[in-house]
Amino acid sequence: MRFIIKQARDKIAEIIEASTAQFIAQSYELYELPPLGSLVKTGDIYGIVCHAETAGIEPGRRPIARGRDEASEEAVYQSSPQLAKLLRSEFTAVVAGYKNGGKYYHYLPPQPARIHAFIYLCQPDEVKEFSQSFGFLNILVNASLPVPNGEVIAAVLRQMSRAHEDSRSFLVGAGKELANLLSADFLRLKNILGRLQ
Amino acid sequence: MTDKLGIVTTASLEKGVDVRLDVPVSVEDMVVGRYVTIEGQKRRFFGMITDVRLGVTDERLAVSPPDVNDPFIAEVLNGTSTFGQIHVTPMLTIGGDAKSLLEGPQPVKTIPAHFCPVNLASERDMELVFGKEDPQRFHIGNPLDMETKLCLNLVEFVKRSNGIFGKSGTGKTFLTRILLIGMLQKSKAVNLIFDMHNEYGWQGTSESGPAVKGLKQLFQSKVAVFTLDEENSRRRGVSTDFVVKIGYDEIEPEDIVLLRQTLNLTEPAVEAVYQLRRRFGKSWIQNTLDIEGGEDTKELLDSMSIHESTFQNLKRGLGTIRRLPFIEPHAPVDAVKTIIEHLDRDINVVLEFGRYRDITAYVLVANMLARRIYMQYQSRTEKAMAEGAAPPHPLVITIEEAHKFLNPEVSGQTIFGTIAREMRKYNVSLLVIDQRPSGIDSEVMSQMGTKITCLLDNERDIDAVLAGVSGKNELKSVLARLAPKQQALIFGHAVPMPVAFQPREYGSAQSYKDLVSSGRPRTEKADKDIEKLWE
Repeated sequence: MRFIIKQARDKIAEIIEASTAQFIAQSYELYELPPLGSLVKTGDIYGIVCHAETAGIEPGRRPIARGRDEASEEAVYQSSPQLAKLLRSEFTAVVAGYKNGGKYYHYLPPQPARIHAFIYLCQPDEVKEFSQSFGFLNILVNASLPVPNGEVIAAVLRQMSRAHEDSRSFLVGAGKELANLLSADFLRLKNILGRLQ
Repeated sequence: MTDKLGIVTTASLEKGVDVRLDVPVSVEDMVVGRYVTIEGQKRRFFGMITDVRLGVTDERLAVSPPDVNDPFIAEVLNGTSTFGQIHVTPMLTIGGDAKSLLEGPQPVKTIPAHFCPVNLASERDMELVFGKEDPQRFHIGNPLDMETKLCLNLVEFVKRSNGIFGKSGTGKTFLTRILLIGMLQKSKAVNLIFDMHNEYGWQGTSESGPAVKGLKQLFQSKVAVFTLDEENSRRRGVSTDFVVKIGYDEIEPEDIVLLRQTLNLTEPAVEAVYQLRRRFGKSWIQNTLDIEGGEDTKELLDSMSIHESTFQNLKRGLGTIRRLPFIEPHAPVDAVKTIIEHLDRDINVVLEFGRYRDITAYVLVANMLARRIYMQYQSRTEKAMAEGAAPPHPLVITIEEAHKFLNPEVSGQTIFGTIAREMRKYNVSLLVIDQRPSGIDSEVMSQMGTKITCLLDNERDIDAVLAGVSGKNELKSVLARLAPKQQALIFGHAVPMPVAFQPREYGSAQSYKDLVSSGRPRTEKADKDIEKLWE
């Protein structure tokens, strides 16, 4: 995987579209996207990466195949250095909460993020603090996302569990919260639980 | 196990309260018949667990179960999507304010609010409801799965006729013995026990192990054993106080009516009994049996319009009675008078039947004696009322095989039917012991104050016992699940709410000691004396 976790305080992307519930950001480097389900922040607003894509910068103009005479995929990029500028990687994050006066709130923030605001990847300590309670699961369960919600929820919990020493009890707690949220939809719950480990 | 069980989720006064169990509480620890308290916002409720269920939030969970081999999934689902539920029937409430605290537990008229916490009833709660052992209350056993003493207010108990029911071999006799000991010590009532199987007087049998002591062995000075069969009593090594003999002239037509079925008498034969009594007066049986065939007889019968075959039928029946060895043409001592003398001296009387265990003897003797004793009581009570004097000691008559006396056909004619119906107007009440409560007249059943029932499994018997009790269906499930031995359900007048319990131990030296000493205030000397007694 080409994605390398950079220095803790390094910004990784910049917001190019923002609303109350979601924001879209462009990574500074091509393909350097945060993993699905990771916690990112911009200012005091926290988001969860729920979708990512890489495409040409001009809408409607698709890239063309260039690798027929090249020996490897790497070679394609080496022989056409302009590609790094013509393509871009973007990701969508669903807003999962915000911080105010040192306290985390798992609600939607009063104001959406600003365009060109910087985005940072949250470090394990912050992830752990953010996930002390599971209020954000409710937002994820009910959000309308470009990918299936269950996939995102499972990815988030897998990611977050790594920040906790006792990852199993974290997952059990989250699972119970989900069981309450999805009490009327057992099949969905079953699918998510199956993806947690 | 923690004491908090869960929270109230739904409730209705009619159908009871559903409680969702908390996660750490295992549904397998919840047993039907246990007591819980519900901490309402303004009052506390006492109730009994009457059903245990498994719940799911989504029906599909039951249709396509998750992979339970995965401990993670099992742990997540436990208490969230799948949970335990208990159904509680509220029985009593105690209000929160000082006034209602003084009033004590009241019958339930409302339900707890949503999500009130539910706890297992503690020993203190049970004590609050059933009271402590005191001069009126007698420890009869322990509520199921609890150490608390279940105390029965025997002064209240003897104010009504009561019943003890249960299949054969479920511990009715042991339970009765415990109650009799209690009444002997803690109520002002005296007991007259028609002891069909010789179980109460001197010693009783136990299915497991040696014979157990009877009342006379434990309370020498307060119990007299009367017998119908002196020889048998002597053979069993029982010292009896009096041998009961019954004279022909003491038998009344009513006694014969009661025996119609056992003596196989026809309806006209029963009618003829009354005519013969009118004709011959007191010695009618002797005279009837003396009638020989011949012209005179025919004329005599014709004059009373009794048919010859009817007469033969009756004569055969009376012959059966005559063959009973304790029946004599004329009794030397008036048995009723002797019994009443004993009762007046506050001495309890156990009448043993010896070998005459057949139902004819039992029904005849019990009915005859009880009727005459009752009449004495009636006249004395009325006299006492008129003169403003003290009425005679309350009397409790214990009868076994009660359905023979109290079935719908004869309950109108037997004295026991009258006693059960008129209740304690004349200070006489019944303690009815039976294994087929469905055979007892429903009118009599409905008049019984307190009912104690061991395991019953016949649907009709269960219905008969529980008729008219609120929360009948719930109690039914408790009753049907009692252990086959030494567990019973008590409900009615003398207890604030129904409770399933295990009767206290009876049969070991320690148990005798406890039973005897529980009645009187303890002094060091008494303790020492008792100590010596068991050495």
